[in-house]
Amino acid sequence: MNMELLVASAIGVLTAGGIYLLLRQRTFPVIVGLSLLSYAVNIFLFATGRLTVGAPPVLRDGVTIYTDPLPQALVLTAIVISFGMTAVIVMIALSAYLSENDDRIDMTDRVEDDA
Amino acid sequence: MSHWIILPIVLPALLAPFILMVIRHHLDLQRIFSVAGTVLLVAITGGLMAHAATGEITVYELGDWPAPFGIVLVLDRLSGLMIAMTAVLALMVLMYAIWSGWDNRGRHFHALFQFQLMGVLGAFLTGDAFNLFVFFEVLLIASYGLMIHGGGGRRLRAGTQYVVYNLVGSTLFLFALGTIYATTGTLNMADLAVKAAEMPADQTALLRVGAVLLLLVFCVKAAVLPLHFWLPASYANAPAPVAALFAIMTKVGAYSILRVYTLVFGPDLELTQGLIGEWLVIAALLTVVVGMVGILGSAYIGRMVAFATIGSTGTLLIAISLFTGEATAAAIYYMIHSTFAAAMMFLVADLIIERRGDTISARPPMTHGGVISILFFIAAIAMAGMPPLSGFIGKLLVLNASRGADHAVAIWAVILITSLVAIIGLARAGSLVFWKAHDTGTKDLPSPEGTPDEPPEADTPSPARLPMVPVFALAGILVALTVFAGPVMTYAEAVSGQLYTPSDYIDAVLNRSPE
Repeated sequence: MNMELLVASAIGVLTAGGIYLLLRQRTFPVIVGLSLLSYAVNIFLFATGRLTVGAPPVLRDGVTIYTDPLPQALVLTAIVISFGMTAVIVMIALSAYLSENDDRIDMTDRVEDDA
Repeated sequence: MSHWIILPIVLPALLAPFILMVIRHHLDLQRIFSVAGTVLLVAITGGLMAHAATGEITVYELGDWPAPFGIVLVLDRLSGLMIAMTAVLALMVLMYAIWSGWDNRGRHFHALFQFQLMGVLGAFLTGDAFNLFVFFEVLLIASYGLMIHGGGGRRLRAGTQYVVYNLVGSTLFLFALGTIYATTGTLNMADLAVKAAEMPADQTALLRVGAVLLLLVFCVKAAVLPLHFWLPASYANAPAPVAALFAIMTKVGAYSILRVYTLVFGPDLELTQGLIGEWLVIAALLTVVVGMVGILGSAYIGRMVAFATIGSTGTLLIAISLFTGEATAAAIYYMIHSTFAAAMMFLVADLIIERRGDTISARPPMTHGGVISILFFIAAIAMAGMPPLSGFIGKLLVLNASRGADHAVAIWAVILITSLVAIIGLARAGSLVFWKAHDTGTKDLPSPEGTPDEPPEADTPSPARLPMVPVFALAGILVALTVFAGPVMTYAEAVSGQLYTPSDYIDAVLNRSPE
């Protein structure tokens, strides 16, 4: 029971923190927020196979209690993708910041830019 | 026929790294291989579509793992149509990118282009929900690279925004898939359909949450209000050929909605009864309004076309959200039209921007103004849905299909009024760009963004005419779509018929013999 509570609250806290940071509109907090969100979703995906302790992930004859291996494979895919995506967005945000000297996510009107 | 179905994914997947690793310094070779690959794709997808047109559902089990344990690719009439459409569009866009020199303004255009095709084609072919996520990511990663192709501060900032929005969308997608997997224990779409139908009514709360989360994700992709904020800035700042290719991206969202909410959470399914269509139709109506009003309100040609895309995707989603056989057939016809019309509009916008800048205002006449004004006129007629082009037929079909629907009055009012708004907006832009240029006096007007060190007109080489060829070809497709509306509608009705008998799909994938 404790473990479920811990996992559930970890997902909740990570998601809440991630969404809060996403709304900050500056690239650095937004990227950190995205990472938090992806951690949250990874743990969430992991938990979709139900939490079992000390059980083998492979179905064999005679095994009645087992861990669902599929979510772990899904999480692996999700981790790789979110890791790569974070690297990409860091690069794009960096070059946007270096060329425009502005790290806001929202885009101001073009007229203001010219002024 | 056995292995043909995986070729549209494997071919670009092999071609892209080849371009990247072997011929990265030879632009001519890249162009040759990229065009050859895309022509081959047109042929392959055309063949696959012809095969699917017979009504047979072909299933390809990856690694020979039987569904639902392995990933399957499924070719039915809808996915056949979508992949063929993607390949034809890609060829036009690629020719434009090469002739206009866009592919030379940054690096790795052709490699990213092929990866993009791989993602889009894979998303249309897969029969597995998680695999759909993976192909979404493939097409998104490639689109991030294409979106900032050519660089520039504004484009990079628009790119950052685009990536952030889509990363949030991907996270939401994972949450949705996790929820669905936790309740059903499967991610194969056909198996999901079976499991969802068998689920006892008192345990479906979580699955309903998953279904709606998934709808949100697809709505982000299709740029449905209120999830459309990423589109105008991204499309207006993306390189024009890329924006034209992105015309298929909103259709990926529309396709996914069509696929998942006819197959898995179908209109007859009790647990999501009224949940999807009821909300989607309202969101779609608002999308049309925002898109068409956006056309009228845009000060820049790029943004105007981006809003036109939102508007036409909204019209498409109105038709989809009705979830009846007739409306879906209309939606499919409109989807073909909307993809090519939006792509053409983006390319015409680029022809204009190349010659006179992005603002919609009176400027001195541009080179080739006459030809471009004809192209703009054709694209605008198609986009606004005026006779005689296919947009008119498409809208007529949508209106006809919505006659018996709950929101019929609202749908008719919104589509007809917004069409008028769009016509006014496009006419305003067209007259300012093409007619006011010839007013006496405008020639002496200083151009608003003109700087003293701008090279004089005479020294700049006049832009090439060759890029107009693919634009004319797109116009030709729209005309063909109008002339052959009958045969196309027959196919669209067959597609819709197949979508609303999901048992065929399920039997084919799960290898069950039909009862």
